[in-house]
Amino acid sequence: MKTEMSGIEIRDLHLSFGDTRVLTGINLSIKPGEFFAFLGPSGSGKSTLLRAIAGFGPQPKGEILIGGRDIATLPPWKRDVGMVFQSYALWPHMSVRDNVAFGLEERKVPRAEIRARVDEALALVGLSHLADRMPNQLSGGQQQRIALARTVVIEPKVLLLDEPLSNLDASLRVQMRRELLALQRKLGLTTIFVTHDQEEANTTSDRMAVLDGGVIQQIGTPQELYDRPVNLFVARFLGTANILEGRVEVDAGAARFRTATGDVLSLPVEGRAGPSSIVLRPQNIRIEEQAGAGTLPGEVLHREFLGSQVRYLVRAAGTEIVVDQSHRAGEIWLDPGAQVHLAANTRDAVLIPQGA
Amino acid sequence: MTQGPQPSGRPMSLADRLPAFLFPRLSPIALVGLFIAIILVGFLIYPVLQVIAVAFQNPVTGALTLENFGDFFNSSLFRQSFFNSFYVSALSVIVATVIALPLAYITTRFNFSGSILIQSLGFIPLIMPPFVGAVAMQLIFGRNGTINLLLRDHFGITIPFMEGLNGVILVQSIHYFPFILINLSASLRNIDRSMEEAAQNLGAHGLRLFRRIVFPLATPGYVAGAALVFIKVFDDLGTPLLLNVNNMLAPQAYLRITSVGLNDPMGYVISVILVAFSILSLWASFLVMRGKDYATVQKGGGGLAKRDLALREKILAYGVVLFILLIVLSPHIGLLLLSFGTIWSFAPLPDGYTLANYVRMWEGSQQYVMNTLLYAGIAATLDVIIGTAIAYIVLRTGIAGRKWLDYMATAALAVPGVVLGIGYLRTFQNVDVPLVGKPLASWWVIIAIALMIRRLPYALRACMAALQQVSLALEEAAESLGAGKFRTIRRIVVPLMAGGILAGFVTSFATAAVELSATIMLVSNDRDSPLAYGIYLFMQTPSGRGAGAALGVLAVVIVALGTVLSQIIIERDKKLRTAGRE
Repeated sequence: MKTEMSGIEIRDLHLSFGDTRVLTGINLSIKPGEFFAFLGPSGSGKSTLLRAIAGFGPQPKGEILIGGRDIATLPPWKRDVGMVFQSYALWPHMSVRDNVAFGLEERKVPRAEIRARVDEALALVGLSHLADRMPNQLSGGQQQRIALARTVVIEPKVLLLDEPLSNLDASLRVQMRRELLALQRKLGLTTIFVTHDQEEANTTSDRMAVLDGGVIQQIGTPQELYDRPVNLFVARFLGTANILEGRVEVDAGAARFRTATGDVLSLPVEGRAGPSSIVLRPQNIRIEEQAGAGTLPGEVLHREFLGSQVRYLVRAAGTEIVVDQSHRAGEIWLDPGAQVHLAANTRDAVLIPQGA
Repeated sequence: MTQGPQPSGRPMSLADRLPAFLFPRLSPIALVGLFIAIILVGFLIYPVLQVIAVAFQNPVTGALTLENFGDFFNSSLFRQSFFNSFYVSALSVIVATVIALPLAYITTRFNFSGSILIQSLGFIPLIMPPFVGAVAMQLIFGRNGTINLLLRDHFGITIPFMEGLNGVILVQSIHYFPFILINLSASLRNIDRSMEEAAQNLGAHGLRLFRRIVFPLATPGYVAGAALVFIKVFDDLGTPLLLNVNNMLAPQAYLRITSVGLNDPMGYVISVILVAFSILSLWASFLVMRGKDYATVQKGGGGLAKRDLALREKILAYGVVLFILLIVLSPHIGLLLLSFGTIWSFAPLPDGYTLANYVRMWEGSQQYVMNTLLYAGIAATLDVIIGTAIAYIVLRTGIAGRKWLDYMATAALAVPGVVLGIGYLRTFQNVDVPLVGKPLASWWVIIAIALMIRRLPYALRACMAALQQVSLALEEAAESLGAGKFRTIRRIVVPLMAGGILAGFVTSFATAAVELSATIMLVSNDRDSPLAYGIYLFMQTPSGRGAGAALGVLAVVIVALGTVLSQIIIERDKKLRTAGRE
């Protein structure tokens, strides 16, 4: 199966359902062959954006370029983008083979070639032996693979996956996302993957866009987004984040973060003075028994054993802070009520100026 | 559901001391099931088998024979009747499809502001028994009816809408097209949008998309509706009788039994043919639908994509819908005019208007109305009691043979009213009721029982659906808190099913109130007549038509109120449920 690689370029895209604005000012550039994720909570507009690329839903304003050609006004059947639906949408009145052959038949491909390409697509997803089954005789995972085969067999310019794993059970989901990635690498298909699950996005995508309220919040690699979130939404949405409100004070070359409750954390680099939030990941905080320079006094409220880590909830600096301590065999845990001191590794912290 | 061992220390009952083979120990629920089974066998299975047996017997010697069927097919009248019944049913399906298809298509594919009109079209015909509308249709579409008088005056032509079989086809298809409309719209609505979008995504659109994806997915619903229409028309007695079309199967059966007598085998042969065709069409639709549960709607999906209509299309759509609405309402309009009219003959409209018909109707038919309330009330009450019991036994217990209760009760669907009537006459003519001093076949209670059996399949479906909505966990919670089986049923199951049961009662009542085909056979004297038979009697004479129409209006009002009421109950129940869940 050969594919020409096409990039996707979205320019100033706006979309409304009636009077409700669903997508605002979307600008996005996806490289040829990239595995790209749209990540966001439900109602963030991620599925709407994907459907707009496929040509479904209300007509958006703006440009959608695939391989350099604007397709924004084309009907779905002329776009040459393959989409795998959340429900798989296998037609129940057609056999697996007929389902997969459908797109080729619509393209008037010669009969012999259809047969060969359908066989090839089914072999690709490892389900050649199920060609004559009906869709309702297949398991969820098998339906998923057939839906994928049905889409890639037409050799689309790009592949769109709308929450493809959400109907599978947990263990199958992990397996399928690896298969999906392997298949994408093999075909070199530019792929967009919509999900609300950060783990799915992190483990599969080269880059991702985090959406909220119909606006792209940040675009980057999973690591960039986790380590350097540009705003509080992204910080909270990816992983667990402790967020302290306060202000950055710069004083003779030394920078400090003063929390709303008056506690002070020293900052390694010079931040810009002014009201700000500081984002501390749970693993960037240590629990100390003795007070030290720049530690915050606190009280353990709750403890959870997670296996490799012990997660404490500590009341400090006027809020509740999550702290992960890596666990070693036989370690003695702190009980709720224990008085402790928190030392933050501010080198790995992120400062987010107020208003971002 | 396993029965635990008897708790020790309880005094031995008589049953426990008898040998087990004499008195098999049945749980109380199993006893209820057994009782229902006896009722179903006695009033449905046995009478029908009796009819079938007589059809295969020599009327004199009682020997097993096929000669009755030979006689049947040797008579040109019967061959004609057979062909006519088949022809009328097939054409009614076609005409009903022509009416239903555009309506279903418009509502499911477009944002059409007249959808509410179409929805009312979906049940307005059903609230009028077809035979009631038949006379009114004569006055509008008949040779000297409104339309043809106008056509003759203006264009010098007439169209034989109501001549012979045409009349039956027209009345039946106007009455029964909602079955196709409802089933077809439901299956179109049940197609998930992604089914269509996936096809578009792969390059299909327009007519090809419709032919390859939408239509095949909607087929099962269409076939279900069409088969139902076919059976209903094939079995119907009232409409051909009132239109004076006697060369069809059901009227022939009725006429043979009432004029030649109960021992004439032809009525039984016709019954066997009617039952066979009912079973055949049910079976055919089952074959088509097998393994094709195409309901594909996912959560949050919801039906095919609808698009807005352009102005020209909108005008066209309204035109089509209003035209169909006018035709569908014509029996109702005609009936109203007839009931308020003085004399209506050879004129597009009645000569004058009066309330006299209603006065006459009321004076002459209070007995009919009282009888109807009594019979339909008994029938509907028994229906929901038996329906609830069967639903519980089938869905919630492991009693051996429980499925057969469902099968038996549902089998009534395949038994035309005429056949049930003949079966009762034959079976119960010599069964004397103690204290009443007449045979069961001519006692009024038999009418109520016939109505009960005829409406049971519908009530049973309603009860089944209601019980399926009740989570088993709710019952288990009650049981774990100490409520026994019967107390759980009474305090948890029945209250939660109440909406569905009530809706089942109301529909059973309303439709039983206007049933004619079984009752016409079982009414032994005018004093026992229900309303439907009363209308039939009135309509027999030209002078009684006005009062008959007034009684028809009353019947329509009863059924309409019933329908609206059951809708309200269902809606309220649904709201209650979702409120509890969210």
